[in-house]
Amino acid sequence: MRKLFAAAAAVALGLTASLGAQAADKTKVGFVYVGPVGDMGWSYQHDQGRQAIEKKFGDKVETTFVESVSEGPDAERVIEKLARAGNNIIFTTSFGYMNPTLKVAAKYPDVKFEHATGYKRADNVSTYGARFYEGRYILGQIAAKMTKTKTIGYIGATPIPEVVRGINSFMLGAQSIDPELKVKIIWINSWFDPGKEADAAKALIDQGADILVQHTDSAAPLQVAAERGVLGFGQASDQIKFAPKNQLTAIVDHWDEYYISRVQAVMDGTWKSEDTWGGFDKEMVHMAEFTNMPEDVAKMAAETEAKIKSGELHPFKGPIYKQDGTLVVKEGETLDDGTLLGMNWYVKGIDGKVPE
Amino acid sequence: MRLEMQKRQSPSQAMSLLSPVLAIILTLLTGAIMFSLLGFNPGKALYVYFVEPLLDPWSLQELVVKASPLILIAVGLTICYRSNNWNIGAEGQFTIGAICGSVLPIMFPDFQNYAVFPIMLAMGAIGGALFAYIPALLKNRFATNEILTSLMLTYVALLLLDFIVRGPWKDPEGYNFPESRLFHSYAQAPSLFEGGRMHIGALFAVIAAIVVFVLFIRTLKGFEIKVIGETPRAGNFAGFSKERMTVFAFLVSGALTGLAGILEVSGPIGQLRPTISPGYGFTAIIVAFLGRLNPIGAIFAGLLLALSYLGGEAAQVDLGISEKTAKAFQGILLFYVLACDTLIHYRIRIVFSNKTQVKEVA
Repeated sequence: MRKLFAAAAAVALGLTASLGAQAADKTKVGFVYVGPVGDMGWSYQHDQGRQAIEKKFGDKVETTFVESVSEGPDAERVIEKLARAGNNIIFTTSFGYMNPTLKVAAKYPDVKFEHATGYKRADNVSTYGARFYEGRYILGQIAAKMTKTKTIGYIGATPIPEVVRGINSFMLGAQSIDPELKVKIIWINSWFDPGKEADAAKALIDQGADILVQHTDSAAPLQVAAERGVLGFGQASDQIKFAPKNQLTAIVDHWDEYYISRVQAVMDGTWKSEDTWGGFDKEMVHMAEFTNMPEDVAKMAAETEAKIKSGELHPFKGPIYKQDGTLVVKEGETLDDGTLLGMNWYVKGIDGKVPE
Repeated sequence: MRLEMQKRQSPSQAMSLLSPVLAIILTLLTGAIMFSLLGFNPGKALYVYFVEPLLDPWSLQELVVKASPLILIAVGLTICYRSNNWNIGAEGQFTIGAICGSVLPIMFPDFQNYAVFPIMLAMGAIGGALFAYIPALLKNRFATNEILTSLMLTYVALLLLDFIVRGPWKDPEGYNFPESRLFHSYAQAPSLFEGGRMHIGALFAVIAAIVVFVLFIRTLKGFEIKVIGETPRAGNFAGFSKERMTVFAFLVSGALTGLAGILEVSGPIGQLRPTISPGYGFTAIIVAFLGRLNPIGAIFAGLLLALSYLGGEAAQVDLGISEKTAKAFQGILLFYVLACDTLIHYRIRIVFSNKTQVKEVA
């Protein structure tokens, strides 16, 4: 028995020694995902970014991820575990990891942290997010061109500014084509719940929607659209294989370039704490191929994308009115980032109110 | 041909004691096969899973942090289950406890002194107890099934939490994100070690387990729980009230669960959020049964289950074993524990025809 313990101890020592040796010449990159990597949406795209890092740097990096980490008390432990495992930079990819990330970062000043979609930073904590609303403006334009019933069904996860901003941007895009368009919104209070998402999709179709838009993470709404013969959009990832005849396009989260640049910065020693909020211009948002639509609609969509990318068009350009008619931005101006980040009101033309 | 479970006349005492050990050995063997089929070194995988988290003071603390709420809740549930009251709604009582306990730091953030934390704990426990009182009342008054009512109330509690962190208790400086303000320092559970996450909740868990253990073996109440649980009719003759027992079991269990809720929020989390529990209330049911409805057993069961979570994360971080494999491994562990326990008390018989059954009936 004693021999067995001795052997185990030797193995353990050897293990830690070899880990230590690896850490010296490799940059270690850790990821925390809120969903499973197979969600085909949010977490899947972050994992694509992780794979892009591996592809780019090869032997010079070692990446690790922990998936399906609940945003409650477990998050801090997992993040700290990654820090203790010798990771040089850790990406925490969900809003609910904000405070845990900051707590761990305070304990590990030499480790760099990158928190997605949050607003609190520290010397070793950066934040990053993507201007997905740019894509939603294009979805709005396409929907307005393609709908026959003049009714769009919209499935929202939870009414945080990110989602409300998406709805507004969609509506502004739609109104640029057809000011009379109606949008019906269902909140499901979850980011990933294929059952609820599908139920909401069916309910919206029954209420006359012939195009579905979702701001939730699974492909379920698109699958329902395919079953019921209506049109829809992919979310977070190109979901064309779920609905080859029904996906018009998809807003694709694209973290590859950003992740590579941040890891590069760690390698070069030039990493600084900062906030990045990029859209088409920084390659953080891509549009999937425009399919299942007439050529002129696809052409319009591509033009809008190019205009937003070049800065010629801003989805939130004035004049913009709130529901009650108050003017928020004058003609010729655009809404500032601060207002966009805290958005909790609907633009004129949307019925109902933002749930409190 | 069919299989039949038959109760053994006298289950072996030695085997009863050895059952958990046997279960762990079988788990390790199956785990080793699974890991090698997946192409991992089984020795190394099991080492990372089960041994490494126990060697490092940091992960030992984390183990206790993870186990404390599970133990605290499971201890309360043992009273319920022993007395035949099927409280499945601990998750909801946990949530209500957390909400009630958070009233002070969120609504009166300027009220800061040493009284805050004890008041929070008391409010959390009372909140949990009152919420657990609802299914008890419904059971006594209308003979409703407490499994259903307690479970359904869980969703009420979770939606209530969701509502208040998005609405009235939203952090005024939080850009509309669904989170409460962070608790001030007087409202945070004191750490047991400087810089670590292990907090005073661990002490509460151990004390609760000991108190309930003594209650079971040394007091009339404990005897009452046993009699009512095992033979309600005999309890009736002895003058014990089944209704009062139901209220007692739900109140105590709800109070302990509510306490766990506020401890978790004031400890590791430090604010109210839409999700404050990775299913503690449900996992604690497993813990209670794994500990064979014995409060001291719940301590070990809670630690074992916590270890399986930490081990699963370690396996992901150190070896890149997927989360699904880690979950499957946890399932295997629970399967063997329950299977061993069952097979010690029952034997499996293969019945080849219906004849025997006819005879037995006759």
